[in-house]
Amino acid sequence: MKLVIERRDTSSALLRFSAPMVSIVVALLFAGGLILAAGINPLDAYREILYEAVGSTYGLSETLVKATPLIFAGLGVSLAFRMQIWNIGAEGQIYMGAMGATWVALFSGLENHWLLMITMFCAAFICGGLWAGVAGVLRARWRVNEVIVTLMMNYIAILFVNYLIYGPWRDPQGFNFPLTAQFSEAARFANFFDTRLHSGFFLALFCALLLYLLMERTVWGYQIKVIGSNPQAARYAGMRTGVAIFAVLFLSGAIAGVAGLSEVAGLQYRLQHGISSGYGYTAIIIAWLARRSALGVIIVSLLMGILLVGGDSLQMLWQLPIAFVYAFQGLILFFLLGSDFFIQYRVKLIKGAQGG
Amino acid sequence: MKKTMVMALVILLCGFAGPVLAQDKQIKAGFVYVGPVGDAGWTYAHDLGRLEMEKLPFVEPSTYIESVPEGAESARVINGLVRRGHNLILTTSFGYMDATIDVAKRNKDVIFMHCSGYKTAENVGTYFGRMYEPRYLSGIIAGKMTTKNIIGYVAAFPIPEVIRGINAFTLGVRSVNPEAQVRVVWTQTWFDPGVERDAADSLLDVGADVLAMHQDAPATLQAAEARGAYVIGYNSDMRHFAPNAFLTAPVWNWGALYTQLAEAVHNGTWKSEQIWWGVKDGLVGLADIHAKVPDDVKALVQERTAAIVAGTLHPFTGPLKDRDGHQVLGAGETMSDGEMLSMNFFVEGVQGTLSK
Repeated sequence: MKLVIERRDTSSALLRFSAPMVSIVVALLFAGGLILAAGINPLDAYREILYEAVGSTYGLSETLVKATPLIFAGLGVSLAFRMQIWNIGAEGQIYMGAMGATWVALFSGLENHWLLMITMFCAAFICGGLWAGVAGVLRARWRVNEVIVTLMMNYIAILFVNYLIYGPWRDPQGFNFPLTAQFSEAARFANFFDTRLHSGFFLALFCALLLYLLMERTVWGYQIKVIGSNPQAARYAGMRTGVAIFAVLFLSGAIAGVAGLSEVAGLQYRLQHGISSGYGYTAIIIAWLARRSALGVIIVSLLMGILLVGGDSLQMLWQLPIAFVYAFQGLILFFLLGSDFFIQYRVKLIKGAQGG
Repeated sequence: MKKTMVMALVILLCGFAGPVLAQDKQIKAGFVYVGPVGDAGWTYAHDLGRLEMEKLPFVEPSTYIESVPEGAESARVINGLVRRGHNLILTTSFGYMDATIDVAKRNKDVIFMHCSGYKTAENVGTYFGRMYEPRYLSGIIAGKMTTKNIIGYVAAFPIPEVIRGINAFTLGVRSVNPEAQVRVVWTQTWFDPGVERDAADSLLDVGADVLAMHQDAPATLQAAEARGAYVIGYNSDMRHFAPNAFLTAPVWNWGALYTQLAEAVHNGTWKSEQIWWGVKDGLVGLADIHAKVPDDVKALVQERTAAIVAGTLHPFTGPLKDRDGHQVLGAGETMSDGEMLSMNFFVEGVQGTLSK
């Protein structure tokens, strides 16, 4: 008897659809065992998680709020993935976008709401884009590995924002705490339904639609896919891969940068620590699970929102430790990522096969 | 006619009786923690206070949520506690300030207490302790115990609270040992044992023989224990992490404040104020001084503790110069609370970086 793992040539639509479903069920069973071990009925726990996240207008609004930066960052990362470019730097691009938007909000002297909105958007877009664009230039011109560059630039971005909030941008009325001043009303997104749901969410959906059209309905989108799957063929066909690499990384970072705008203008109203609690890294998982599709990014981000918001209830209701909540969320992701493996590979038992 | 009069009177009386009854209200408290309760430091100390508060007959079992990210994310957790019927909510880190104020605005019937911030509202008070007093006292012990006159200080973030602690400690050191220097390393984290350990080791490498720290984890203590140096803890009595190295620790006794707070809310005497208690009120103090500290040093610490309690000794009393030799306080002047709360300079004897 021998265990053989082989790559599938094709995977059926049924398999691609059912594998994630099955893996969620398996994950829930496993996590259920964990919850049971903590002395809680897993069905109660799952009901509470769902109720917390989608059971009320409030819960639903919070889930959408949580999903918003994930959608932006997920779209950015998945765009680069299309071209087999690994943008690990969405976290830093979020910070740079937030920084650009904050600069406009506090120091541009603009007072008109729409003018501010447009300028803040452009600033976040360009800052996030250029930040990722550095990796694009290095990759296109000198073949420097973009994984390392984008990852390392996260630290630079976060520390640079730290420098600003501890130094030149510190609120003069803030008792020397590391915060910028608060944005004026004109520099804030609108809120809806008397909740924290803000325009950023709808902007994220719009962004997803644009990206879908770009990727599926334009020549440029087609080129990206070709360059991604076969760079030699692309070059042979006369495509300018260098320019495309830069453009894709720029756009990828720009969209992540808009997540930063959405967080400062929609929620925080100032630049401070914790603008992003790891959204840029979560976005990598999201892009992977979404199989690089824009609609997939929205769905997975919402699921992630439910998982993160609903996780609160485990702590609030049963006083389960945070480590338990992390373990629960980790298990779900582990099984989801695992299902990906079974879609791409086939595991076979071969009877009486000879070794070697 | 008469009947309606009586009815009106009854209704009127009920109207008056209502608030009287409400004054004897049961307390359901919710705590928002920045770290895990098992951090052995900051959050652990708050949790001890919470448990002490729970012993009061009118306090129902309370709820805590641990490792809540600072910033906008915390608003959801705070709101979740409100929605689950908590009527006294304590947010125990600076980064929850905006979120606390925001949630409080929408929930006027809930009382909020925010630790270490500066924003108040009708139903939001702030609370903190004059930790600089025990910091100063622990400095006396460090100044007496160092032989190399180099004392290391592992510090979290360059914010007024931490800077105040470093300065008070240094003033304590220099009051008994004017030759000694205090070297500061910033970790830019409240809770990251690995980073804290590296920072502590780097201070030991430059020759420090006594370490002090402003962190939530006991990693600095473990570093001192491993290298045979002395160490001064923080937050809670951490001596079991460094049985040989431990000298003392400035500690929090939140129970003293939390029980009084619960009583005030229960009796209806609570009002929004900015509480800043010191050694005198029992909120802050020194952990038992280790036996290896000579008796004359212990006696000196006791004497100065008594002077602080009596109000005759204030650690920030002139003549006081900053690190660059500029006079901050003239002879006999003491620093105001406002100046202490926004402190952003190092006193003479501190070596470290601080952005202006």
